[in-house]
Formats: sequence, C-alpha cells, structure tokens
Amino acid sequence: MEFDQNFDLGTLVQDDRVHKACYADEAVYEKELENIFYKSWIYIGHESQVPNAGDYWTTWVGKERMILCRDDKGDVHVLYNRCPHHGALICNNHTGNSGNKHAFRCPYHAWQFNMDGSLRNLPMKDGYEGIIDLKDPQLQMKRAERQSSYRGFIFASLNSEGPDLENWLGAGGKSAFDDICNRSPEGECEIVANCFRIIQHSNWKTFLENQLDAVHPSITHHSTGDAASQMQKLYTKETGDEPPMGYQFLADFALPYEVWDSLDTIGHSYGHTQLAGYMGLRPRDPVTLAHEQVLTEAYGEKRMDEILSTNVHHVLVYPCLSVQPPLQQLRAVRPLAANKTLTEIWHFKLKGAPEGIYERSLAYYYLVNSPSTMVNADDLNNFRAVQDGLSLSGGGDWVSLHRNAGQDTIKDGVTTSVTGMSEQPMRNMFAAWKDYMSIGA
Amino acid sequence: MIDRDITGSSVETQRNVEQFLYKQADILDQRDWDSWLDLFTKDGKYWMPAKPDQETGEGLPNIFYEDRYLMDMRIRRVEHPYAHSQKAGHRTSHVVSNVIIESENKKNGDLVCTSRFHMVEYRLEDQRYFGGKYTHYLERIDNDYVIKLERVDIANVEGPFDYVMQVWL
Repeated sequence: MEFDQNFDLGTLVQDDRVHKACYADEAVYEKELENIFYKSWIYIGHESQVPNAGDYWTTWVGKERMILCRDDKGDVHVLYNRCPHHGALICNNHTGNSGNKHAFRCPYHAWQFNMDGSLRNLPMKDGYEGIIDLKDPQLQMKRAERQSSYRGFIFASLNSEGPDLENWLGAGGKSAFDDICNRSPEGECEIVANCFRIIQHSNWKTFLENQLDAVHPSITHHSTGDAASQMQKLYTKETGDEPPMGYQFLADFALPYEVWDSLDTIGHSYGHTQLAGYMGLRPRDPVTLAHEQVLTEAYGEKRMDEILSTNVHHVLVYPCLSVQPPLQQLRAVRPLAANKTLTEIWHFKLKGAPEGIYERSLAYYYLVNSPSTMVNADDLNNFRAVQDGLSLSGGGDWVSLHRNAGQDTIKDGVTTSVTGMSEQPMRNMFAAWKDYMSIGA
Repeated sequence: MIDRDITGSSVETQRNVEQFLYKQADILDQRDWDSWLDLFTKDGKYWMPAKPDQETGEGLPNIFYEDRYLMDMRIRRVEHPYAHSQKAGHRTSHVVSNVIIESENKKNGDLVCTSRFHMVEYRLEDQRYFGGKYTHYLERIDNDYVIKLERVDIANVEGPFDYVMQVWL
C-alpha cells in the first residue's frame, strides 16, 4: 500500500478493528520506527549485564544498532554502534569486553574510543592537524539522545525530547520492574548472562498481543498442556514424588476457558498493559516458605504478604518488552521489518532469595522461552500464519478486535477488562499506537 | 597389534560404536520415539549447552537439558493431534561421521566418543541446516550401548535461531 503524505495513519485503527496494513505494510513499519521506536523509550539492558569496565552487549532500537557498555568509572553508556570515521560497526560480536585498555578499536582504521564514545586515539593524527580538532563531537561515537534507568533496567530514547522515563512508564510500566525487584530481600535483581535470540517471521505487535491473549493458550498449547498433565501423573506413579514445578507451568497452558475468563487485563497509558496472574506461585512448599521468611526478615510480615500477593503475571511495556515478574522473565522485542521480529530473551536472579526461587525461574526459561520451547513453537507457527494471511491482498482488510469492545471499565485513565478474554489489551495497545501514529501526534 | 586403532580401542569396538550412532540418527529421522527413549539409561540425559565452554547442565540455562520424563513429554506433545506446528509435516536427515573413541573403560566397556553431524530439517516448505559435535557417554550392556549422557554442541550455539527446535538434533 502506498500512502500519500496527507494520509492519517491513525485512521487505520478503529475502536473495534484495525486495518491489516498495520501489520503487513512496510511503509507503515517505517513510519512506526520514526513515530514509535525512535520517539519513545526502548529497553536496552540491565545494569548487571555489564558488571566490569569494558563489558559490552549489542542490541537494537528499531533498525539502529546500539551498544550498552561500562566505563572505568563504573558509568554505563548507550552508544550507536558506528565508527564516526568511515561508518563501520565498532562491535561486531553480540557481547564481549573491549580489552585491557577498556577502549573500543575500529577494525577498519584502528580509531580507538573510550567507553563513553569519546575519541581516545587514532593512527596518523598529523593528517588532521589544522583541519579538525580531535575533540570535535563529529569524531566521537554518538551517544543515544537520552538514557535513563529504573531499578537497574536501562532504557534509551533516540528522541531528545518527550516525557522522562518514570513518567512514561507510569504505574503500569513500573510494575514490571518493581514486582521483580521487590521479591528480592535486597530489593535488587541480577541478570543471568544468557540471551536466547529467536527470529519470528511476523510483525512485532503480533508477539505483544499474543502475550496477553487469554483465549489462545488452551487452544494453541493444548498439546503441551495435555502432555504435561499426563507426565505429572506418570512421574508421581513411577517415582512416588511430586513432579517438578515446571510440569505445572506447562499444564497451566491448557487451563479451561473459565479460568482464563476470570482474569483481569489492565490497560495503562502509552499502551503499557498488565495481565493479572493465574499461576499458583504461593504453594506451601519449602522453597516458597523460605522465600517468605527472608522477605519477612527484610521487610516485615505485612510487606512480605503484599509483595508476594502481587498477582501480575505479565506486563507489556509498549512497544518493546514483555515481562513476567513472578518468574523473572523478560523478552525484548526488536522489529527488524514489518514481517520479521527478533526477540531477546533473558531471565533474572533475585538477590538474597533462596536458590529454589531461581530454579523456578530457570525451569520456566527452559521450558517456555528457550530455543527448544514446548510452548512458543506453536505460537511462532501461529504468528507466521497470521503474517502470511495478513499479507494477502484479497480476502478482507480488517483484523477484528470486537470481543467485549465497549464493555471494559475505564477509571482515571486505567482500563480494566470485563473478562480475562476481552480483547482489551489489543485495543489498549492500538489506542497508544494511534496516538503515536496520527498526524499531528 | 593389527586389530587396535590409535586410541587403544579395538576395531570391533569402533565399528559397534559407529553402528550405534548411525542407529540413533536413523531413529530420529524415522521419528521412532519408543526406540529413542530406549537408547537412554533410566537416568540418562540429552543435553545441548547454551554456551560452547559450558561444563555442566545443572543450574544453568541450556538449549536442551532433558531426562527421560521430559523427553517423554516432548514426544507426547509432538505426536498430539492438536500439535498445530507439526501438522505441516516435519522431516529430518542426519549424517554422522568423524567418530572418535576418546576413552574406554577396559573393565566394563563403557566409553566416551565424539562425532560430528550434519542435519537438514524440512518443515513448512522450508529447509534448515544444523551441524555440530556429539559427545556420547555410553554404558555397555552385553553387545550394545545405552546413553548415560549425550552432549550436543551445535555450531550456531550463540546465534539467533530462526524459529525453534521442536525435537532433538
């Protein structure tokens, strides 16, 4: 589809349906980069990801390739991964350390940069004498226009203006990180230095929508739910022991519709959206009891109870993150094309929490989020089918978001769904999309 | 001695190990899941580390780390009538080679061997390609072997994965 300059992309979104061009049109995708990914805050990484001076990870903001790194003074920086000389990528690996000097060295002409992007040295300096000052900003690696962090989670914005990070996150977005960190008796988490990356042949929004789509699990994941329930019984029969908790995580995917219907989804400003939890993560097993004890020692019983009763299974920080705080899972969404999305998949340890709490997180990371996932294998298959279907020119132009439209409760700018299976999360995200994408926005 | 190779294992042992590895590859390609489970000891594990230098699968992220119960679950999933992502058909072809017996316990015949594999997978009108190294920790029972631990180091271990792996490589 070709849009002329006066076409208002906001009109692609109606109250109860959206046009397929939102997902399948490259021109719309390019506009999304400009209006959403280069204007809002995008998650870059966690402070504990670069524990030592010289450490770096590379990632994406839209199509821009970025570096997260730490300098000698302990400060963390977000830089564009581009040599100011001839434009080569400076860091060609996903992660590493810049070496003893804590300096990036361009592989092409050996320009060297400090971890804050400033020019450190270059060969044959005399060729620049009287021509350009080596301290000139155009000879430095460019920094992200803005950088900010919340409870150790680092974001960048490629827009020098706009709301600050905390205001942009709001209560909805902040809950993703508060609910992870509060579960630690030290109030902090630490990233596990392993990033699984999986490419999806689908639009970035399809992934986010699916995370809070409570209708699909018992259909899409029926096979895995059944297999896990069968193995729970077989495990106990053969060993006489309780099956590992991971089996329950998988069995839960095939919960009946009524259970999903009883959940709440909550829509916040800027498209951030929550799914109130369904997984029984406060069983009376020794690990949970030990966790309760260390939190009680740190915060008192009342606060411990508040923290562990927080029942948010899933938080979407629009447009870049899917976070599951009670299981310390985080997936960052990197849109590489209208029909191609990279997810960067991480999990966290809670500082000071019992090892068994980490084992739960690790089990979920393995069973649901690893490259051998028994869950996302079916999701990714659906995403691809959706993308291929939406790319057809005939057969219809709209995606239906009618389920429970107009029935959700709105109070103080926060929308609560009438049922867990309402398509409220999609409508909430598209309301933000419309705000970002409309002419004059 | 003419019937000994340089590792000190007999030519017959080398041949038996190779036949075992070929048989395992064929079981995967045939999707003969009952036979697959029988390849492993009761507490046997299939392990694909997430990092090339990883020394254990315990307590760390892995690409695969499965005992027979999890393998059984995976089989039940892929064979389930509602396993949508398997509906389009799924076919693989493995080639195993470069079989080296790294060590052999001369008392009981247990041994460790490494080999290299190439595998193509066809699914949804697309073909994918994997390659890597197998390390088998084998227990000898009569004239056959069972797997105590199979370690699989794929060449693209740290790379982005285009789609995921639904069954073992």
